[in-house]
Amino acid sequence: MTDLQMSALSLYLTGGALVVVTLAFGFFTAAFISTRDIAAAESLELVTVGAPNTGGLVGPKATTTHVSSTNRSALWANIGVSLSWLQTVLLVASVITRGLANHRWPLGNMYEFAVFGACAVSLGFSILNSLTDITWLGSLIAGFVLVDLGAAIVMFIDKAGETAPLVPALKSYWLAIHVTAAVLSTGGFTLAAGASMAYLVVERASSDREQGKPETGFVHWAAKRLPSLERLDALAYRVHAFIFPLWTFAVIAGAIWARQAWDRYWGWDPKETWSFVIWVMYAAYMHARATAGWKGRKAAWLSVWGFATVLFNFFVVNIFFVGLHSYSGVGN
Amino acid sequence: MVTFMNTVTVWLRWSWRTLTSMRTALLLLMLLAIAAVPGSIFPQRGTDDIRVQRYIANHGTYATVLDRLGFFHVYASPWFAAIYLLLLVSLVGCVVPRAMEHGKAMKAQPPLAPKNLERLPAHRRVQNVVAEPVDVAIAHLRSKRFRVRVAEDKTWVSAEKGYLRETGNLVFHLALVLLVITIAVGKTTGAQGKMVLVEGQGFTNQLAQYDDFRSGVFFDRSSMVPFTLKLTKFDVAFQRTGSERGAPAKFDAHVNVQDSFGGPVRSQIIRVNHPLGAGGSQVFLTSHGYALHFTVRDSAGQTVWSDSAVFAPEGANMLSRGVVKAPDAKPQLGFQGIFAPSGMVDPTKGLFSSFPDADAPLLFMGAFTGDLGLDQGIPQNVFTLDASKMKRLGIQPLRVGDKWTLPDKAGSITFDGVHRWASFVVSTDRSEVWVLSSALLAVVGLLLSLFIPRRRVFMRMTDDGVSLGGLHKSGADTLTTDLDSLSASLTVGSRERPDTTPDMTSDTQNLSDVPAPPRVEELS
Repeated sequence: MTDLQMSALSLYLTGGALVVVTLAFGFFTAAFISTRDIAAAESLELVTVGAPNTGGLVGPKATTTHVSSTNRSALWANIGVSLSWLQTVLLVASVITRGLANHRWPLGNMYEFAVFGACAVSLGFSILNSLTDITWLGSLIAGFVLVDLGAAIVMFIDKAGETAPLVPALKSYWLAIHVTAAVLSTGGFTLAAGASMAYLVVERASSDREQGKPETGFVHWAAKRLPSLERLDALAYRVHAFIFPLWTFAVIAGAIWARQAWDRYWGWDPKETWSFVIWVMYAAYMHARATAGWKGRKAAWLSVWGFATVLFNFFVVNIFFVGLHSYSGVGN
Repeated sequence: MVTFMNTVTVWLRWSWRTLTSMRTALLLLMLLAIAAVPGSIFPQRGTDDIRVQRYIANHGTYATVLDRLGFFHVYASPWFAAIYLLLLVSLVGCVVPRAMEHGKAMKAQPPLAPKNLERLPAHRRVQNVVAEPVDVAIAHLRSKRFRVRVAEDKTWVSAEKGYLRETGNLVFHLALVLLVITIAVGKTTGAQGKMVLVEGQGFTNQLAQYDDFRSGVFFDRSSMVPFTLKLTKFDVAFQRTGSERGAPAKFDAHVNVQDSFGGPVRSQIIRVNHPLGAGGSQVFLTSHGYALHFTVRDSAGQTVWSDSAVFAPEGANMLSRGVVKAPDAKPQLGFQGIFAPSGMVDPTKGLFSSFPDADAPLLFMGAFTGDLGLDQGIPQNVFTLDASKMKRLGIQPLRVGDKWTLPDKAGSITFDGVHRWASFVVSTDRSEVWVLSSALLAVVGLLLSLFIPRRRVFMRMTDDGVSLGGLHKSGADTLTTDLDSLSASLTVGSRERPDTTPDMTSDTQNLSDVPAPPRVEELS
């Protein structure tokens, strides 16, 4: 197979993943809509079964899906899960064939970041879902991957058509280390933000309930289909606890590389600045979770705002800000 | 006076307590994130001075006010420094007392076992107990590296593990302080010099030989090692095919380095991503361009210039501009040129370059005669010509080897050849390795503080066997494993499978029938 054919294959795989994730989005959404009240079912299940380890995330997979949902909902969720595994496989294949076609690490431009990012989110979701049931997060994550892949194909494709060699500034093994860590972190932050957003929905619903407000509207409708506050908080924290050190490492690896390529380890380039802002935001989240008056709702908001800075760093800083991360090489 | 002093003391104590509180730290963290943002929006001095000047020129009073407020030098501004210094003080004020507390806790024995272990978040009962269960439990827990305490009457055992969690937390925070200190040391004792070398030119590491030199206040100039560096060849290649046509593919600066006077010469290549170490400093390749060699003769036929002129590139295809000033010519001569490495002439656009490499070098040179304005001693930009007191002689397209005899018998200029120049940064920062070590230490501390579960395990003798219980700060699974293996070791006949009453190791939040358990935060 020639490089050009390989490159075309990679594009087809990305297109295939886009189709699959669209279907997954549909099934997850249908499953979510037809879910019955999880909280009621969970308490029912505890009384009757006394399920071990309901609070822990990692452990025997909760059987809540079967108890809490209609059979149809469970079926749709299962199809969604299968589709997200398929989409993960397609995206992994897309990334690998792209690397083979270009004879380099497939993280050299916006298209490749976007596809690798979609791959990281899909893989993270699928693995996490096999450890603990997070199908309720499926439609949010599939929606995100859908938008991300759509942007890759519609906005960034012109850089993706042909084999694109790297400019000298990017010829370093630190590219593989630094950018991979950064994109994997972005995938993880997406999952964490999903859990935090769900937390905010459930929190809002329960505070309405406490204040005796009418339990109508989207928030209450969604809250009935989401896990308990404790579980959402624990999930969000676990994912953050994994990703925060990874992001820290990505920033350090970037600094090591910057020292080799740009004669200093830190120079407040816009991308460096935003990486720092992201780090500080998540550091604030980690602290907030252990601070009276901040744990719970405010901490969840910090996580969501942290994710907003992650997205900003990727979509806005990469494209619109003048800086060294525009990959033009020396002198240009 | 005494009341006044009291007020001051009370106030100081209140300030310190507020500053070192977690809530303040949180606010400062968020403030730090917000304060860092303007530096990515506005051009910054020290990084891009030209864009700063252009921005101020284009935006008038508004920009002048921003400038006064430090928005063009955010990371050196007093308000940015105020935030991170307060954060550091807050951090130290919080961490140091915690470190002392943790030091005490490391020496202290585990706490007494609670009376009723059934009230703990994780608990279980073992009925078919081995002989001497206390000794078995002690041996078991010690083998699992728990710190163990036993009641004098041997009715209970208390054990604790996972002190590394808090150690990691403290290490992480102290490493951050160390990081800031080592960065500051590097900035104040280090230096950065920039210079441009045309192929064939050399340079010695001395202050006077730099085009631009910035050093920290404590930089020791006498410590500069006088190594020499000569650029023998600058090897460049660009993509010739595909959508990325014209993108740089190779920049190799071939240099000869002599580490000391009369020492051996070593041939090296400096590339992007591959700096060269010399004399305790690092030499980085930062940019490149074309240097054109000219021979200029004046009206008397005297050679008044025979050298390379550095041309500054603009744009991807390296259309470059430069000037030649010959003050020794009588009358003085000045030239202003636009150079296209792959030159083409468009009827409407005029001269343009179709490719960055020197495939078809073409130069448009304008000549001037008169007063260059150099005699007033005002420093001039080497890339611009002040032609206000000069007479324009004409403009001429030149290719390599062409000689242009100037009108009015003013002399001649010969375009001898195309060379390349490369610019280098020589950076001295002796704290780098400490900065990196601090950062890595912070990561290690962070990982320990997030992933080491701190937990306590208790055993109490009961009428019909033993009762086990445990508390955890995080990581319910680890505690489950601890209790599983402990109960297995205490059960007769079964070393593998614990024979226990129904497993109640689950999150208390879901167990409504369990009376209020002791606070888990006690462990934090």
